[in-house]
Amino acid sequence: MQALAQAQREAVLRILEAHRARPGALLEILHGVQAELGFIPAAAVPVIAQELNISRAEVHGVVTFYHYFRSHPAGRHTLRICQAEACQSMGAAALTAHVKQRLGVDFHETTPDGRFTLEPVYCLGNCACSPALLKDEELCGRVTPERFDELLAEWQRDS
Amino acid sequence: MSALTYEIYVPRDASALSLGAESVARAIAAEARTRQIEVRIVRNGSRGLFWLEPLVEVVTPAGRVAYGPVTARDVPGLFDAGFHKGGAHPLALGNIAEHPYLKTQQRLTFERVGVIDPVSVSDYVAHGGYQGLRNALAMSQAEVVQAVTDSGLRGRGGAAFPTGIKWKTVLDQNAPQKYIACNADEGDSGTFADRMLMEGDPLMLVEGMTIAGLAVGATQGYIYLRCEYPHAYRALKEAIAAAYQARYLGADVMGSGRRFDLEVRLGAGAYVCGEETSMLESLEGKRGEVRVRPPLPAIKGLFGQPTVVNNVITLASVPVIVAKGAQHYRDFGMGKSRGTLPIQLAGNIKHGGLVERAFGLTLKELLYDYGGGSATGRPIRAIQVGGPLGAYIPASQFDVQVDYEALAGIGALLGHGGIVVFDDTVDMARMARYAMEFCAIESCGKCTPCRIGSTRGVEVMDRIIQGIDTERNLKLLEDLCETMLQGSLCGLGGMTPYPVTSALKHFSEDFRARARDH
Repeated sequence: MQALAQAQREAVLRILEAHRARPGALLEILHGVQAELGFIPAAAVPVIAQELNISRAEVHGVVTFYHYFRSHPAGRHTLRICQAEACQSMGAAALTAHVKQRLGVDFHETTPDGRFTLEPVYCLGNCACSPALLKDEELCGRVTPERFDELLAEWQRDS
Repeated sequence: MSALTYEIYVPRDASALSLGAESVARAIAAEARTRQIEVRIVRNGSRGLFWLEPLVEVVTPAGRVAYGPVTARDVPGLFDAGFHKGGAHPLALGNIAEHPYLKTQQRLTFERVGVIDPVSVSDYVAHGGYQGLRNALAMSQAEVVQAVTDSGLRGRGGAAFPTGIKWKTVLDQNAPQKYIACNADEGDSGTFADRMLMEGDPLMLVEGMTIAGLAVGATQGYIYLRCEYPHAYRALKEAIAAAYQARYLGADVMGSGRRFDLEVRLGAGAYVCGEETSMLESLEGKRGEVRVRPPLPAIKGLFGQPTVVNNVITLASVPVIVAKGAQHYRDFGMGKSRGTLPIQLAGNIKHGGLVERAFGLTLKELLYDYGGGSATGRPIRAIQVGGPLGAYIPASQFDVQVDYEALAGIGALLGHGGIVVFDDTVDMARMARYAMEFCAIESCGKCTPCRIGSTRGVEVMDRIIQGIDTERNLKLLEDLCETMLQGSLCGLGGMTPYPVTSALKHFSEDFRARARDH
């Protein structure tokens, strides 16, 4: 297990301090850590456990239960493509295949340039504008493969 | 605001944004500056006519005139046409309130969505907001609970349990602390009513929760919001801050000396957390594993205290009931399904969106009169009503009415009111496989029928799809579904058989034809 860098440790402790007084704060703390560090390092688990006076197993159990939390660093942007029924009815499978091919990665993988991590997601609440995907916090609707290529070009221009 | 300031509405609704509303708003602001036209751009919710989004509205003496769908490229032309004064343009739709899709609706819960600035307390109050809370403060706790009971309101999350009875149970408990927990973990594919309401009229949810808190004696509320809804999160945070500022939340609600605090908590991508006990575990900062019931959450809920757990739409229906009276709400609907239901038309549908109507209209009216048929123009072959755990319904049953009991009568369920449409290219065996796969991905793992059954279900479906030993595997599939239905702890494992067996029952050719290929 890689030790926490000093800056990471300080960030974790600062987030703990901000939330610890709130009842049932563990999810909020993990959201805070992931938002700040991009992932939840394994070495953060014992720190959080000790500060909240719960076991490491409990913290680890929560981190691994939820699809959103990740224990490894991801790309600079996360692309989440909806796989649920409404999007399937409008071609999500074809879109997903196209995106995987364009980026050269499968789900849960990051492009070699570190730009994108690709994840499946099960409903973004954009079901009247399917297929949908979420890039970080930017929601995109009616994403055909051609539209995806346009979006990708825009994102690459922007970054 | 000077007399020459034009008021323009551009939605901040996530779906509208997903189609370019942000760049439209920016283009309007920039173009107005260039032309030295003074505009005030209000970021409203969506009216729920998603094929017309981004839908831009301007305030004119003849009402709010709409234009859509607008792209940023259309903006200079719109100004040329004087759209800010309601000028004629190919994208003009006239007075939006008169649009047939809206005019025929009965919007009680969605009355203000798309109309007002969602995070402005004064706009909310000017459109009838907080009348319910005002009334509730003049009533006894029992009277408020009675009004909710009399309205006939049933849980809109899907379980359809009478809301008033749940509230009464919590009111009757003696406990040091009680809670209101709003289930905003709207994970069902084909549903977006909660999201639209939280983005378009979040104060209505805040008001509904405050009334609930006062009615049952709870001083703390939590909104458990799925993290896939970042736009709703922002709208809720802004609305709650505004409500605190205006003293509709906090230690002295509307000067009554009574307290209600409210905060939003984010989920982390777990469908099962839409199940109420799993949601409570998650709110407590734990793994979202289902609890064994009893005890009911109304008796022993969040942190072991009596807790009202209600869906967003349920709680947002309360202000109207208390403002206008139980009878007003009850007069809508049919049989035991009283009031209105926001129905969501999704997937392969031409005019997808939100239709709030009293219970009782038929699926056919929804799919063809409102929906305009499929988006692809091909025949509609199947619909799934009520999310990933809802049954598939064939075209031969589209005459059924939207009502809890009527749908149950054909072995289906209404759930949260989402309808996903599929055209005739759908492979129903693949949809059945997906139902099992989804259950396997999202199972919390606590009970065996769900955890193991779903994985075995995927394997059995794979063999059926490959045409291997079809009849034997279909028998196995039915046995497995029976075990999951009877043996699972919660609806995830217990209802996954609905899409699977309904697909098999109504579309058995998709399961059996494969054998001939091999």
